[in-house]
Amino acid sequence: MSIPFELRGSKPTRQGFGEGLVVLGERYDNVVVLGGDITGSVMTSLFKERFPDRFFSIGVAEQNATTIAAGLALSGKIPFFASYGAFCALRNADQLRISVCYNEANVKIGGGHAGISVGPDGATHQVLEEIAYLRTLPNMTLVVPCDYLEAKKATIAIGEMIGPAYIRFGRAAVPFFTRDETPFEIGKAQVFRDGNDVALVACGAMVWEALQAAERLAVRGIQARVINVSTIKPFDVQTIVDAARECGAIVTAEEHQVHAGLGGAVAEVVAKNFPVPIEFVGVKDSFGGSGEPEELMEKFGLTWKEIYAAAIVTMQRRDKGFIGYRTVKQVPHYEDVHPDSQPVA
Amino acid sequence: MQGESFRTANCLFLRACTVFVKVLMSAIFPVVFEPVAYENRHRQPQEFAEIARMIRRDIIKSLVLAGSGHSGGPLGSADIFAVLYFGGYMRYTPQNWWTPRDRFVLSAGHMCPVLYATLANTGAFPKEELRTLRKYNSRLQGHPGRDMGLPGVETSTGSLGQGISIAVGMAMADKLLDSNGYRVFTLTGDGELQEGSVWEAAMAASNFRLDNFCWIIDNNDCQIDGRVHDVMNIYPLEDKCRAFGFDVVTVNGHDYAELCAAFDRFIANSEKQCGKPTAIIAKTLMGKGVSFMEDRYEWHGKPPTWEQARIALAELGEEISEPAAV
Ligand SMILES: Cc1ncc(C[n+]2csc(CCOP(=O)(O)OP(=O)(O)O)c2C)c(N)n1
Ligand SMILES: [Mg+2]
Repeated sequence: MSIPFELRGSKPTRQGFGEGLVVLGERYDNVVVLGGDITGSVMTSLFKERFPDRFFSIGVAEQNATTIAAGLALSGKIPFFASYGAFCALRNADQLRISVCYNEANVKIGGGHAGISVGPDGATHQVLEEIAYLRTLPNMTLVVPCDYLEAKKATIAIGEMIGPAYIRFGRAAVPFFTRDETPFEIGKAQVFRDGNDVALVACGAMVWEALQAAERLAVRGIQARVINVSTIKPFDVQTIVDAARECGAIVTAEEHQVHAGLGGAVAEVVAKNFPVPIEFVGVKDSFGGSGEPEELMEKFGLTWKEIYAAAIVTMQRRDKGFIGYRTVKQVPHYEDVHPDSQPVA
Repeated sequence: MQGESFRTANCLFLRACTVFVKVLMSAIFPVVFEPVAYENRHRQPQEFAEIARMIRRDIIKSLVLAGSGHSGGPLGSADIFAVLYFGGYMRYTPQNWWTPRDRFVLSAGHMCPVLYATLANTGAFPKEELRTLRKYNSRLQGHPGRDMGLPGVETSTGSLGQGISIAVGMAMADKLLDSNGYRVFTLTGDGELQEGSVWEAAMAASNFRLDNFCWIIDNNDCQIDGRVHDVMNIYPLEDKCRAFGFDVVTVNGHDYAELCAAFDRFIANSEKQCGKPTAIIAKTLMGKGVSFMEDRYEWHGKPPTWEQARIALAELGEEISEPAAV
C-alpha cells in the first residue's frame, strides 16, 4: 500500500531543518547548536534567536566545530553543527571519521546547499559527493529528506536517536508534498506509488521528479513503483529487494554523483540479493557550475525526463534478457525514447 | 499532473517576470561597460582613484545583471586591487596571460567580482564578458573556477582557507626550486582567518623563508553573521602575524599612498631576500564607495537591486541619463 501525498506548494528543505531544531530545543535542554557563520542560510538562526544561551558561534572553522561538537557530545550535550555540506561533510572528513564516528559521539550535522540546485554560487558550493563518503562511515546515520516537512521530521528524529547522524538538505524551494501524518522512521524507505513494472528509487528532491516520471509512464501503461529512500544509512534492504523481485528493473535518482551514492547503495544490495538491471540518474562524474537552479537541473540531467528515459532503458534490458553482457553507454534523451510525448496538462 | 503544471507555470511566470524586468530596465537603465584598459605602471597615489572607481562601477554593474553575488567584500577591496594590478606591483601581460608572470590567488573566492572587474580593466578579456557573471557556462563563475580558463584566474577558490596554501605552494615552487623570481600575492578575508589551515599556511610561509610571498588581509571586521570579533575573535591580528614570522604592515586599505608604501616594502623584502614573508593588514570598510553599503555586514552576500544600483553608480560618478519616459 503506497503512502498518499499531495502537492502543497514549494519550500526549501533547509527550512524544515531550522524549524525542527527549534522543536528539539523546546523538548530537550541539552540540545545545543554550533554556528559556522552561515546561520541564516542553513537556518540555525531560528534556534539562535529562540535559545541564544544554547547557541555558540564557532566562526568559519568547520573542522574545529565538528571536533568541538564531539567534545560537547562526550560531555552529555546533543550538539548540532550546520554548514554547507561541502564544508561540514568533506572539509571535516577526518574529524567526522575519528572524533565523531569512531568515538560514537552523539553529534548531529546539518549539511545544506546539497546538490546542483544551489544555483549561481557554482561548483565549489554544490556538494555532490558527500553521500558517498558518509555512507561508508561506521556508526553514521544518514538521512536525505524529500521535502520541507520530511526534513523537519527527520531533524527531530536524528535529535532523538543516540549516535552520530547527518541530515542533507538543499537551498532552493522544492515541491512540498508529504502530509503531517506521512510516517517517517529512520531506516525505513517509503513507497509513494505502487507499481510492478519498474521501480524508481530516489532521495531528496528527486523523489518528486520520480513521481512526475511515474505519472508519464502511467500514461503509456507502465506502472512504476516510486520509493523514497529517506535514510541512506542504515539502508532499508527489504524494501529495495522487494522492488527488485517484484519489478525486475530499477532506476535510481539523486542530486549527487552517480557513483557511490544512493545508486551505489541500491546496486550493492541488488547485486547481492536479487540482481536486476539498474539505471542511474545523477550527476555524471563532473563538477557543477553557475546558473539558475531549474536551468542547472535540466543541463545536468536531473529531471523527470531522465528518469523516464532511464526507466524505458532498464525495462528493455530486463525484457531482452540483457543483464550481464550489455551495458548501455548513455541513457538516451527523453525525446529519443518517447518522441511524440509532450508534457501532459 | 497538477504538480508539474504548477511548477512549469510557476517557473514560466518567474522567467517571464525576469525577462520583463530586464527589458524594462535596459530601456530605462542601460548597463554599459566602458571599454577601457589601464596601463600597469608606477603611478602617483592620486591616479588610482579613477581606476578604483571604474572597478567599483563594474562590480555594481556585473552584480546587478547577475541578480546574486557578493557586493561588500569586492567594493571594500577595490582600492587594493587598483594599486596591486595597476601600480606595477603585479607583473603580467594582459594579452597573453599565461606567460611568465607574478601570481595572484584570491583565497576569499567569494570576492571574485572585484577580481573579474580588475582583470577586465587590464584588457585580459573583453569587458562585455562581465555581463555573464554567475550565468550558466560563463567563464565568470560564482566562485573562481580554474576549469573555465579565464585569463588571470590561477586557481579555483571558494572554500575558504585553501587559496593561501595554494599560494604558499606556488611561492615554494619558485623560491625553493625554479628561481624565476616571480612574486606571489594572495588575498584572504578576515573571517576567513578563522579557518585553522590559514595559520598552517602562514607557518609554512615563514618556515620556508618565502620572502617572495605577500599575504594581504582584507580586514573589514565583517563577515556573514556579523562583526568578526563577535562571530569568532581573530585579534590581535598584527601580533599573530608577527608571531608567525611575517614582516607585518598595517595600512588604511583605502589610502593609496599607504598601500603603495606597503607593496614597496614587500618588493624590497623580496629583492633583498630578507628571508621573511610579508603580511599587509589592510583596514577596509565593507561596501566602500556606496554610502548605504559602507561598513554593513548585511552587504556581504547580496547584489544591489536595480534602483540601488542606479544610486550606487551615481555615487561612483557614473553619468546616468535620466530614465526615458516609459
Ligand atoms: C570553508 C568555507 N566555509 C564557509 C564558507 C561560506 N562563506 C563564504 S564567505 C564567508 C564569510 C567570510 O568572511 P570574510 O572572509 O571576512 O569575507 P567578507 O565577508 O569580509 O567578504 C563564509 C562563511 C565558505 N565559502 N568556505
Ligand atoms: Mg571580512
